[in-house]
Amino acid sequence: MSYITGVGLLPYGKHEGSSTIDLMSRAAELALADAGLKRGDIDGFLCGYSTTMPHIMLATVFAEHFGITPSYAHAIQVGGATGMAMAMLAHQLVEGGVAKHVLVVGGENRLTGQSRDASIQALAQVGHPIYEVPLGPTIPAYYGLVANRYMHEYGVTQEDLAEFAVLMRKRALTHPGAQFHEPITVADVMASKTIATPLKLLDCCPVSDGGAAFVVSYEPTSSTKIRVRGAAQAHTHQHITAAPALSELGAEIAIARAKKATGIEISDVRYAAVYDSFTITLAMLLEDLGLAGRGEAAARVRAGHFSQHGAMPLNTHGGLLSYGHCGVGGAMAHLVETHLQMTGRAENRQVRDASVALLHGDGGVLSSHVSMFLERVS
Amino acid sequence: MSELKPAADWTTGTEAIGYQSCCACQSIQYFRRSFCAACGSPDLDDKQASGEGTVYATSLVLRAGTPEAREHVPYNILLIDTAEGFRMMAHGANDLVIGDRVKAVYRQFTGRLVPFFEKTPQ
Repeated sequence: MSYITGVGLLPYGKHEGSSTIDLMSRAAELALADAGLKRGDIDGFLCGYSTTMPHIMLATVFAEHFGITPSYAHAIQVGGATGMAMAMLAHQLVEGGVAKHVLVVGGENRLTGQSRDASIQALAQVGHPIYEVPLGPTIPAYYGLVANRYMHEYGVTQEDLAEFAVLMRKRALTHPGAQFHEPITVADVMASKTIATPLKLLDCCPVSDGGAAFVVSYEPTSSTKIRVRGAAQAHTHQHITAAPALSELGAEIAIARAKKATGIEISDVRYAAVYDSFTITLAMLLEDLGLAGRGEAAARVRAGHFSQHGAMPLNTHGGLLSYGHCGVGGAMAHLVETHLQMTGRAENRQVRDASVALLHGDGGVLSSHVSMFLERVS
Repeated sequence: MSELKPAADWTTGTEAIGYQSCCACQSIQYFRRSFCAACGSPDLDDKQASGEGTVYATSLVLRAGTPEAREHVPYNILLIDTAEGFRMMAHGANDLVIGDRVKAVYRQFTGRLVPFFEKTPQ
């Protein structure tokens, strides 16, 4: 058994002059304070990677800087799925008795620490170096290919996809830490500059500076007990060229494994935190996870199903699309927001009932998937 | 494990699309390796594809990632299901849509040879 005992999240956007390590430190400090723990209590440490600070031992670089000497520490890299993969590993380390309090941190000055071209080029390297990258694809183009096919197979339209950008922006307007504070409409999304068809600027998450952290512990450190019920992964391919058919992608496999491992069904879930690097990512994952029927996710958005007071509140902080995406910390913000909701601390964003939550992360081009269930216990 | 010969196809500047066929399990693979990814056999035949295929997906890039690629925008990134049965990424005509029957020619892109698919006359 493991519990998420503390969380920390920085505002996303520009943190001019802050390094990867600075942002990680600030997020870690917040999570420790939230858990009511001291540095000396931390005996496990996990972090991700940073494109602005590539290092072969980022975990120990951070541990030394922050002032912890854990008995277990390393970095892991699973692209956008890294945050959820770290949460899963922390849970298993605690369950396995390897560590009592695992600090998990992600942070990066991805926006101000490098040029936009450098950022786009670094990310495009998830493509195959011989068979894809020489053709000049970008991350939006990889997802543009997926979107083009998904729309073709399931009758989804560009206006449908735009609904997800509008939904995430509405949520971000209620969070002071979000990168974007201007409301947008479907027409605004449709009129925004095309990046790689069918995806337009407002279908894409931004590049951000930011940081997030949480602590996974063997026992609760306060009266609110948020338990990790279980998690599962699936890895079907790395490159979009080698991806299986749309009906055989990893999200469906990961969620099936997570349901089997925990006994939790989608009908038990009260709050959803789903990876949303692009509008198509969110639309597909909602349908792959069973939170909407095939091709029906947009209709559910229009009907208010995923709104704050809807049947399945979703990414109430604004998601990657509008809270922001700083790399590893991006999806960790989903987990932090979920924790705030589950502990009744989400202020004006609070939903009625977040007693059982489903979290899902995706890395690469729908390559790596992690599904996780959290539960509030009394 | 047998040593891998260099590819003789567009990835090395030759106007061809290469792939490998496994002598043990008959699987085919596009990403070149010294073994079959399906069964592990090192016994692979080098083959050349016909260049014919069907469009599986398209994405027209208007915002490129490098200054070199920016000179080519807009360019159409395609996933092609080849007649031989493997999927590949390539360039192609800007007006191609899913299901179009296509055939490969070759063009220069950022100083390199790349496969470029054009619609097959019906």
